[in-house]
Amino acid sequence: MCGIAGLIHRGRSSVVGSEMTAMLQALKHRGPDSTGYAVYGEGSPGDFVMRFKVAEQEDMGRGHGIHALIKERIEKVDGILVEHGAEVKSRDRATEYALRYILSHDGDTEDMARHIEETEGVEILSLGNGLELIKDLGDAETVAEAYNLDDFVGTHAIGHTRMATESDVDIRSAHPYWAFPYNDISVVHNGQITNYWLMRREMERQGHRFMSDCDSELLAVYTAHNLARGVELEDSLRRSVEEIDGVFTYLVATENQLGMAKDTMAAKPLVLYESDDLIAMASEEVSIRSILPQEIDTWDPYDEEVRVWQT
Amino acid sequence: MADVTDFELRNLSQEQRARLLGMDTEQLTGRSMFVEFDPDESSRFTYPWAPDVDYNKRSEIDAGDLSATEANIRIRKLMSEGYGTVVVKNPRGKHGLGVGILNRLNLIFEGSLGYFGVGLIDGPNVRINGRVGWSCGENMMSGTVVIEKNAGSTFGAAIRGGDLVCKGSVGSRTGIDMKGGTIIVGGDTGALSGFMMQRGRMIVCGNAGKNLGDSMYDGTIFVGGEIRSLGVDAVEAEMRQFEKDWLTRKLRLYGLLPDEGVDHFNKIVAGKQLWNYDNLEPTEKKLIL
Repeated sequence: MCGIAGLIHRGRSSVVGSEMTAMLQALKHRGPDSTGYAVYGEGSPGDFVMRFKVAEQEDMGRGHGIHALIKERIEKVDGILVEHGAEVKSRDRATEYALRYILSHDGDTEDMARHIEETEGVEILSLGNGLELIKDLGDAETVAEAYNLDDFVGTHAIGHTRMATESDVDIRSAHPYWAFPYNDISVVHNGQITNYWLMRREMERQGHRFMSDCDSELLAVYTAHNLARGVELEDSLRRSVEEIDGVFTYLVATENQLGMAKDTMAAKPLVLYESDDLIAMASEEVSIRSILPQEIDTWDPYDEEVRVWQT
Repeated sequence: MADVTDFELRNLSQEQRARLLGMDTEQLTGRSMFVEFDPDESSRFTYPWAPDVDYNKRSEIDAGDLSATEANIRIRKLMSEGYGTVVVKNPRGKHGLGVGILNRLNLIFEGSLGYFGVGLIDGPNVRINGRVGWSCGENMMSGTVVIEKNAGSTFGAAIRGGDLVCKGSVGSRTGIDMKGGTIIVGGDTGALSGFMMQRGRMIVCGNAGKNLGDSMYDGTIFVGGEIRSLGVDAVEAEMRQFEKDWLTRKLRLYGLLPDEGVDHFNKIVAGKQLWNYDNLEPTEKKLIL
């Protein structure tokens, strides 16, 4: 059991950071192990936001050597950025192991991203113009405070509270997943994918990389695979209902879209609220009520249902 | 049972109480059976320890800042003080509200409930002026529950008696494993509704999703709209006049009777062709297996 939530404002921005924190905190009972956000800000034209980690939270308790190792890994990433002609405009550090760079780059960002991830212990959480992906151990309020998310202004966001069932309790297995190496695409998932290894081998044969053993990562890679071939998001979601086995409800966000898909059995929950200027969805109504306490009309999407909304 | 006082019952173990109330045998005589076979039954079974409440005595609870447990304790306290009508304001989608009420009571929720709302109830009349999450009315024994908006999946799972009514649409697996009572849906229902239902009746005024009545043992499903597909061993049957009369009466009771009447409803029952309907004795089955 995990909790997923998403919200999208149509035609305006809002404080999506604090809104998503409230929604995810209300879902804490569905997943106490880790919390993750994919928030979409307004960005600045031509600049990329890169969120990456250089160690796991559990590594921090392994003696003084880790601090030197972190320093070394950051220097390596900085060197690779220079090598690829990227200019780092700002550096932020929410924790010792999680960093946020704003950079300008005119070259091949995919090649740069692959090069950075060749560094041992380094994982890019997100790279894009609007997307910022934050995930760490603990509940939503803990993560939001550590990463200063409450003031984050943007158009849409998805989030996840994780109860680890298929893989370890660590940041690499936490959601959301960035659809590496494609800008601004992220995925959160509730459920189990039963043809995971079959599909993963297929994706790996086609050159995609997996950073974890979490079955949910497959959905991000699968979506990236489809979008890279010119498939529209809605078609990719419909195709997934046919091709991916198991029980799942998942949300996908892109630079200006938010989509959802439910499996053929409708075995995992999702409650939807839709108005002219706001669409909110979550595993449980109590999450939506955390940002909309007034009486509202909500409903459950049915099996095989796919929906996509624009900002 | 008549020889046992309330005080003595309270001091018995759950197993001993169940035995005294006749719940350890197949011959249940509780209200769920009465409601199933005699909708006009007036003499109602009551638990020996059930407080005597007055429907005209009314109180309100603001659940906005209460946990579900605190709100449920308040409801019980009001019942013990003789309040027969309780209004719960600001439920705000909280889970497990109004569960386990084994007493007659008018319970009104001014808003929406989360998961497992009013489950395991035996007796109250509940009105929910909002929507409900998954598993509303699960294992309900008797009483009525009327929901004004939509409901989530597994609506009325394993219900044994009473009327569970959703005026809007419901999610998937409605009435899964139901053993009695009536589930009424004003709108549509999702996939696998009536899955493994054993007894009781389900009325869906709108459309039904795929695999309707899959592996149902018994019971009847009435559908006013389109059925996407029937499940394994679910078959269409001829609607008889007394069933049309019953449908009309039930739907009128809850303001859900379509203008065009009930002639367009389809009736779905178990085909009884699955392995569990063979005539072999258990010992014979063992020989085969």
